[in-house]
Amino acid sequence: MTVLNPSTTRTHHPIPVEEIGEATIRLAGDSGDGMQLAGTQFTHTSALLGNDISTLPDFPAEIRAPAGTLAGVSGFQIHFSSNDIHTPGDQLNTLVAMNPAALKTNLKDLEPGGILVVNADAFGTGDLHKAGYENNPLEDGSLKNYRLIAVPITKLNREAVSELKLSTREADRCKNFFALGLVYWLYERSLEPTLRWIQSKFGKNPAVMEANTRALKAGYNYGETTEAMPVHYRVTRAKIPPGRYRKITGNEALAIGLTAASKQAGLPLVYASYPITPASDILHQLSELKRYGVRTLQAEDEIAAIAAAVGASFAGTLGVTGTSGPGICLKSEAIGLAVMTELPVVVIDVQRGGPSTGLPTKTEQADLLQAMFGRNGECPVCIVAPCSPADCFQMAFEAVRLAVGFMTPVLLLSDGYLANGAEPWLIPDPAKLPKIPVRFAQPHTGSNGTSNGAGNGTATFHPYERDARLVRPWAVPGTAGLEHRIGGLEKEDITGNVSYDPANHEHMVHTRAQKIANIAQEIPELSVMGPSEGDVLVLGWGGTYGSIVTACQRAQRKGWKVAQAHLRYLNPMPRNTGEVLKRYRKVLIPELNGGQLSMLIRSTYLVDAVGLNKIQGKPFLVSEIEAKIEELLRS
Amino acid sequence: MSTLTALNTLTPKDLASDQEVRWCPGCGDYSILAQMKKALAGLGIPREKFVFISGIGCSSRFPYYMNTYGFHTIHGRAPAIATGLKLARPDLSVWVITGDGDGLSIGGNHLIHAIRRNMDLKIILFNNEIYGLTKGQYSPTSRIGTRTKSSPLGSIDTPLRPLSLALGADATFVARTLDVDINHLTETLKRAAAHKGTAFVEVYQNCKIFNDGVFEYATDKSVKAENVLHLQHGRPLVFGKDRNKGIRLHGLNPEVVELGNGIALDDLLVHDEKASEPSLAYLLSRMVYPDFPECVGVFRCVERPTYEDVLNKQMNDLIATRGAGKLEDLFASDETWVVE
Repeated sequence: MTVLNPSTTRTHHPIPVEEIGEATIRLAGDSGDGMQLAGTQFTHTSALLGNDISTLPDFPAEIRAPAGTLAGVSGFQIHFSSNDIHTPGDQLNTLVAMNPAALKTNLKDLEPGGILVVNADAFGTGDLHKAGYENNPLEDGSLKNYRLIAVPITKLNREAVSELKLSTREADRCKNFFALGLVYWLYERSLEPTLRWIQSKFGKNPAVMEANTRALKAGYNYGETTEAMPVHYRVTRAKIPPGRYRKITGNEALAIGLTAASKQAGLPLVYASYPITPASDILHQLSELKRYGVRTLQAEDEIAAIAAAVGASFAGTLGVTGTSGPGICLKSEAIGLAVMTELPVVVIDVQRGGPSTGLPTKTEQADLLQAMFGRNGECPVCIVAPCSPADCFQMAFEAVRLAVGFMTPVLLLSDGYLANGAEPWLIPDPAKLPKIPVRFAQPHTGSNGTSNGAGNGTATFHPYERDARLVRPWAVPGTAGLEHRIGGLEKEDITGNVSYDPANHEHMVHTRAQKIANIAQEIPELSVMGPSEGDVLVLGWGGTYGSIVTACQRAQRKGWKVAQAHLRYLNPMPRNTGEVLKRYRKVLIPELNGGQLSMLIRSTYLVDAVGLNKIQGKPFLVSEIEAKIEELLRS
Repeated sequence: MSTLTALNTLTPKDLASDQEVRWCPGCGDYSILAQMKKALAGLGIPREKFVFISGIGCSSRFPYYMNTYGFHTIHGRAPAIATGLKLARPDLSVWVITGDGDGLSIGGNHLIHAIRRNMDLKIILFNNEIYGLTKGQYSPTSRIGTRTKSSPLGSIDTPLRPLSLALGADATFVARTLDVDINHLTETLKRAAAHKGTAFVEVYQNCKIFNDGVFEYATDKSVKAENVLHLQHGRPLVFGKDRNKGIRLHGLNPEVVELGNGIALDDLLVHDEKASEPSLAYLLSRMVYPDFPECVGVFRCVERPTYEDVLNKQMNDLIATRGAGKLEDLFASDETWVVE
């Protein structure tokens, strides 16, 4: 079947097209209105058109808060550009508000003079009351600073699908696609990718497929035929490095990165997890990948999930677990066990607002110190943190490399913003991915250069005899001659037997710490964007990269001597970190927490770092960081 | 065949590690360790294929004393760690050693979920009705009124019955044995080893220091025949020194009857460890001294696919029909576009 695309079948072009470099839009409505789906479709279409993209889904923790209330508003923000971009955008050029509550909670982010599309049918007295409006904002002049397009979306959508004999409820379910169609017209997007999606998604239900198709086209045609705006916009392809791309979210990239690392290490992946927002999608993704040798276990609780991962690693496979902050609390004791038994486990923390249950669907970076110190005893682990959704692939791969390379748990700190945000991903060539070396201990020959058992049961294998990097051998059950016992009690050096000897304990504490410190020799140095010395270094970690780098680029364009560096390895930090920090008069550390990296940097390097801290469940605006840089330069 | 010869010559001594055993003198754990080595030596499984996983407590030191692979983990989590191990390596013979505190209190959740999944694990719960390693507090199986350091006026919690709990979680193999009945213990461990799926075995184990004699009614030669009923598949439930007592069903409840005076063997309950419904096994698990003799032996032994077998079948079926996954397909699993 041929799907006709209105934008390509037009014979004349009555409305002028204005070419713009980039735009930021947000689709907002009730959590039952399908805004996440519409936003995902817009993102997908824009990516296929060759734009660079960055997205920010924002939804309530409640699956369905009372309809029409402020608590129930769900939004999806997309920044799309013909340039290389790193953030979902500070300010909206266009806002679509499907009801008064969505208007009220989102209007403050719309730029003066911005385009405001509202569903005029949803502004009845009851709807206004639920959102706390005393007067109808569509009529009281309060929106005069915006380009208001009030469209009776509910009514027009029902008319568009009227022939299909759907119930009112079913018909209304398509109105997100009507709105999406209108926005597609406004930004001159092709309908084809979404029409293809509708076909594949609803192919088994022809009425629903047809209804969504009609709704989407009706929205598009409404824009065109009513000349809803005197102009519409074009954002052309971005100039980004050549190659094959796909759109990817942070959680998708983690799942794919773990699977790729498992292949490159030759270790089957066992992913054990307990459902938790915003990490559950990793479990969903991996449970689809059985053909790749991935086994998943939906464990009975967070503790069981890491315990199973530790068991899988003891067995000689790749044990991985994923959760969010509250789950890390529960896993702490078992992470300690993996530190003591020196087993390779990857623990993913998709951070969200805390403490306690906190803000389940909102982003935050407040688990850094928990990752560093949140266990009993002297209990060092390796910590890595991706800086963008696509970087989650790279850092998942790195987490596996370091875990098996150093026989240690590795904590990977993602966050809600990275997890659900999307950007284009330059697909790597699998043939060019590095191999991850894994050396299992062998009887007779030993592993890691150490000697061990003779294999006949008479000589003793030494599970804690280390190589020069202080890494102990990985001896896998089922290997004759290497039978040995490990556990959470302190180990005697070399033999691994239980030992309460005071000097041995101190020696083992230092050894475990030194082993983690040695990782610094096998990770990249910290690189700097901008002048190699100067007034301000902006140092970040994790998901704030996009805002920081954009702010620094703007500062540099103003001629300011500002440099930017980003820590993707947090424990140990790159070996040149202290040296880099000392080259700048001031160090600014923006973080979505109370100052956790600042505390580490100040105590480790004795640098008087200045924090920029935001704890609102939202990412930084570029302008916030820019303003702080300016403030520092002027002080 | 040389490997077969080697297997046949595995002796209990080959399974002893070089570590000094550090349980208290007279502890029931010594007997369990000795019978375990005896039972495993005869299985024809090479030593390196055995893995012992334990939690925390006196019983959980067990892996250190076996010259097999072993993992002394953290409190209560052994079944979960063993689950990950078995998922990854279905070829291994995985034994979980736990106690009444470790398995039923701090680790209760993992125990019930391992059992309901029917992971192919052998879970041996040493029940001494006391916390030993923390020096004598009451446990989830302590009888009401047990006086301990933390219950000076007598414990007031209703005790858990481990076998009832396991049956509630749909265990496919449930058995009970005693530390001092060494032949019965060895045979029960062998039966557990032969079962495909979760085998849950409760061992009455005497703690010499903090709860000495708590199972005396079941172990003392002068009285045990009156207080212990040995279950045998397909046989009526008979007990007593003179084999003159039995268990009869009265409505939904068991009752103790004396044979004779019009009561014949035919009137007694007949044990059926293969019954598809666990009701009978549950009823037996609820029989507690002094009102009833306590049953030992295999309460239930039925077949159900193991979790790891079903998971691996799902995986293998997918690979057979659609082929093993290739990274290039995974990377391009969403729509792609090319930038020139």
